[in-house]
Amino acid sequence: MEKRITGIGVSPGIAIGKIYIFNPKKIELNKCPCKDPEQEKIKLLEARNKTREQLEKIKEIASKKVSEDKAVIFDAHITLLEDEDLLEEVNNIISDDKVAADYALSKGIEIYKQILSEVEDEYLRERVNDLTDIAERWIRNIRGEKILDLSALPENSIVVARDLTPSDTANLDLDNTLGFITEIGGRTSHTSIMARSLEIPAVVGIGEIINDIKNEDIIILNGNTGGVIINPTEQSIEECEKLKEEFDKKRALLKEYAHRDAISKDGTKIRVYANIGSPADLGGVLKNGADGIGLYRTEFLFMENTNFPTEDEQFKAYKEVAEAMSGHTVTIRTMDIGGDKYLPYLEMPKEENPALGWRALRICLDRPAIIKTQFRALLRASAFGKIKVMLPMIVSIEELRKAKNIFNECKLELMKENIAFNEALELGMMIETPSVVFRAEAFAREADFFSIGTNDLTQYTLASDRGNEKIASICDPYNPSVLIAIKMAIDGAHANGIIISMCGELAGDLLAVPLLFGLGLDVFSMSAISVPEVKKMIISLDKSECAMLAKRVLTLSTAEEVKAELLRFLEMHERGETISY
Amino acid sequence: MTKGQVTIQNETGLHARPGNEFVTFIKTLTNCKVEIENEAGKKVNASSLLKVLSLGVKKGSILTVYCDGENEEEALKKIEEFLANLKD
Repeated sequence: MEKRITGIGVSPGIAIGKIYIFNPKKIELNKCPCKDPEQEKIKLLEARNKTREQLEKIKEIASKKVSEDKAVIFDAHITLLEDEDLLEEVNNIISDDKVAADYALSKGIEIYKQILSEVEDEYLRERVNDLTDIAERWIRNIRGEKILDLSALPENSIVVARDLTPSDTANLDLDNTLGFITEIGGRTSHTSIMARSLEIPAVVGIGEIINDIKNEDIIILNGNTGGVIINPTEQSIEECEKLKEEFDKKRALLKEYAHRDAISKDGTKIRVYANIGSPADLGGVLKNGADGIGLYRTEFLFMENTNFPTEDEQFKAYKEVAEAMSGHTVTIRTMDIGGDKYLPYLEMPKEENPALGWRALRICLDRPAIIKTQFRALLRASAFGKIKVMLPMIVSIEELRKAKNIFNECKLELMKENIAFNEALELGMMIETPSVVFRAEAFAREADFFSIGTNDLTQYTLASDRGNEKIASICDPYNPSVLIAIKMAIDGAHANGIIISMCGELAGDLLAVPLLFGLGLDVFSMSAISVPEVKKMIISLDKSECAMLAKRVLTLSTAEEVKAELLRFLEMHERGETISY
Repeated sequence: MTKGQVTIQNETGLHARPGNEFVTFIKTLTNCKVEIENEAGKKVNASSLLKVLSLGVKKGSILTVYCDGENEEEALKKIEEFLANLKD
């Protein structure tokens, strides 16, 4: 019977294939006392040599399949493996406790894992996982067990695993793998990053499924939506095949637009940016030819931590993105927590209306230390690329001024400390609330740029919770009131000569692109994968024609009328016809 | 035994790639035992990546480097130079 489940889609694409369960048997350690400790020490050393050879081979494969840069991780693995102190520790355990080499090694590794876990550092937490990966391989070599890997798979396999280690993914048989699914993991896990680099559709964080599936059963995975179908019906297979065909065709056709400039027929140059949640998303941004980053959502950096990330930790992440974008704009939004996003380490009151409550900049202005740390990290990173800083959830000029004062204080501090930053760094704000829209001109006199967040702007303009399915039809960005709000924001920005972008879902919606272009939007920012498609659309448009469309649309009464008019425009546009109003 | 103090200048300290490079470099200094000590007084063998990582050395950390063996002064100089030029 067909079973549908949803995880996190971390690498786009659709795959239909056969399940290949990768679930290496748990190691059962030999806890019996050993007869000959010296013999155990020899076994330990021989297995270490064998492990090193295997890791060197994996490194070679990874540098060919992925990149030299990603393969470097295995250098550190080899150094960890060859740690003489670790070897000595394990040898001592063998001598003192008279135990077998595999058991002694697992005890030795536990000691080091404990030592590393005590250091508060995200990087070191990852090294603990590396250590587990290396130890497992080493122990299997001591025991002479065959090491299961993914280097030879049956045709059309979709790998389903609890999790995949760096060496598992580096070994992956790319000729026969259509995609992979893991029970655990998030967007920034190693598996996700590798999947995007390898351009293999992947879904992670699906929950426990290995015990409920069998090898060779048919499975469908949709890396765009996170959807997985086990034992799909004929109808589901047909539907997914169609979707896959459309997706693959579109992707191939659009590739040629990725690195072109979005210059419309009349010569207007529009910048098409991408939205990201972490440096891990950069691969997609560069591959899809985004002209910059219109929204870097820093809250994920906060949500993935067990404490507020330090200034250095934040600086490292922002600098990495700034440098990778080599001179192209990177718009970084300050922490946007609250509403539907929580931090386990920040005590937040239970609120009746969290979307209207203590969230985003409101939290930061109440707890200035949070935003000061972030501003300092952002300013420091601005010395390494073209960073812009963006404030979310503003409703009043006072809030903007308070944030600017803190920002300026941070600049003075850094100057005194002789720390380099870009003194001309722009501080802009998001347009998400009606109170800002009504006075867009006044705000534009004090902010360096605007960016429209359409999801929240729609929610607040229409007083409809964006997460409530019951009112999904009300919470529609095509509602004429939302479109008028967008126009007011654009006009307000331009009246004061500042740039306005849109970083909400609407910017990547092809139906809306001609309208937004006609309204005068300067920058479109969206999921990286949509960039080539939107560039292609803009290249085919004429600004005056789109301006007429926008004028006409703003006279309509309902969202349905708006969508029908935009659809009519797109259909005629595709046929090469011009609409006259 | 010769000792000296070094302030770590690179952004990621003795983590990630720099930590690995440091340990690999220390291993080239034959006939000289090198230990490093952090500000909290924790002293470890500098040729063990695991021990070096356990110090949590970040940018700005002050390390005391102890060299014991043949050419210890020369070794200390080389280590100071290596750490001063360490890149991320």
